[in-house]
Amino acid sequence: MTFPFFAPGDDPGPDFADLLRRVGLAPVPPTSAIEGVTHGTTVLAIRHADGVIMAGDRRATSGHLISYRTMEKVFPADRHSGVAIAGAAGPAMDMVKMFQLQLEHYEKVEGNQLSLEGKANQLSGMVRNHLPFALQGMAVVPLFAGYDLRRKVGRLFQYDITGGRYEERDFASTGSGSLHAGAVMKMGFRDGMTREQAMDLAISGLFQAADEDSATGGPDLVRGIFPTVATITAAGFDRVEESEIAERFRMLVDSLALSESTSVGANPTMGERHTS
Amino acid sequence: MSMPFYVAPEQVMKDRADYARKGIARGRSLITATYADGVLICAENPSRTLRKISEIYDRIAFAGVGKYNEFDQLRIAGVRAADLKGYSYSREDVDARSLANQYAQILGQIFTHEMKPMEVEILVAEVGTEPSEDQLFHILYDGTVVDEQRFTVLGGDADAIAGRLESTFTDGSDLKTVLGACVVAIAGPDRTIPASDLEVAVLTRGEERRVFHRIDDDEVAELLRGAT
Repeated sequence: MTFPFFAPGDDPGPDFADLLRRVGLAPVPPTSAIEGVTHGTTVLAIRHADGVIMAGDRRATSGHLISYRTMEKVFPADRHSGVAIAGAAGPAMDMVKMFQLQLEHYEKVEGNQLSLEGKANQLSGMVRNHLPFALQGMAVVPLFAGYDLRRKVGRLFQYDITGGRYEERDFASTGSGSLHAGAVMKMGFRDGMTREQAMDLAISGLFQAADEDSATGGPDLVRGIFPTVATITAAGFDRVEESEIAERFRMLVDSLALSESTSVGANPTMGERHTS
Repeated sequence: MSMPFYVAPEQVMKDRADYARKGIARGRSLITATYADGVLICAENPSRTLRKISEIYDRIAFAGVGKYNEFDQLRIAGVRAADLKGYSYSREDVDARSLANQYAQILGQIFTHEMKPMEVEILVAEVGTEPSEDQLFHILYDGTVVDEQRFTVLGGDADAIAGRLESTFTDGSDLKTVLGACVVAIAGPDRTIPASDLEVAVLTRGEERRVFHRIDDDEVAELLRGAT
């Protein structure tokens, strides 16, 4: 590898992707569609009083088969932001790696960090550049969330496969189970929730998504595999301990089991009408 | 076509070296020293925005003295080389020694082949998991690489400063002691340097991934309080 020393007029600046192109390491888009690519599925983000929560299930599927049970889909992008991914697993992991590197590279070359807005736009460009891959069956649709140190709030961003960037106010989800997780969050979201309340809502959203969508994995009590949850606050990105997530799932499952057993076969209000 | 006058190669090299040394001597000096929990880099630098010390990679820092635009160009090339290597192989494979060699190549090349040598002296420091694994590479304007132990001084007044530090420096001291000794050595006997005119950063021996940290003026003032 030659030393990347450029003349002033030829300098790629803080853009790591451009640097990769200059040295011939940029990936080449496929020329035909690829079948049976491994896909990752449901991820979500919720704003709360101190920042944001990001969560994702752990399942990866190829067609109707489960190909991986312990996939990570929620990653730190840098100290105060995170990125979660749904879509073709290989390119998605690569996009996360590139995004993390890009933010770090910018910070080191320029001597200060990008704004949260700048980071969101940077990811938007990466998704847009990925479109040739998406058209060959390898779409990647990320979520981006972070704590805005200038505005002192948690913010979240949703994307489409063309790189369209949509800032959401309260919550966002993407992936095959996003419809169900989104419905749960829509019903349960309240302004000014605590970190704990937001975590319970995220866990409930993922549980319902797994309940309805075959490509989304629920809590795996046999193997002890639980969805990933991370919080991003002024203190930075922090992965929630698996034991805490397991405990919250257990509580959710217990309360759901209780309500199921009291309403077997009939709606309780219908039952009342029968006895009267 | 007119024939150029013959100039002996020895003379050409000597003139270039003198030119580079003169440029470097105009700036203020910088010390890098090892301490118990890492590597300290301390520079006299009244500017808050034009940095002499910066992060290259997880455990590697860069420092330069001399002409700002020239060492900054080298700094950015180092960040690029490190990030590219980490991307192609793995983060663990990025090391100071290989980077120092690349710097030496480019500086040597420019010194012998370009019209004007670079008026810089640079440092590549890496903190190890054990104090014995700390590495300090001091690279001169002509591509000479020196693998230093304990501490090294960059800049025009290097010999005098190194002499002063030699008498006060002890291996394995804490940050406060070493920073105090470095600042006194840079200042010399006749003056004191206020914290606002210092640029200080450390590479800490720790479990974190990125261990480069800047120490701001208030913390520097606090560390210097009571130190001799």
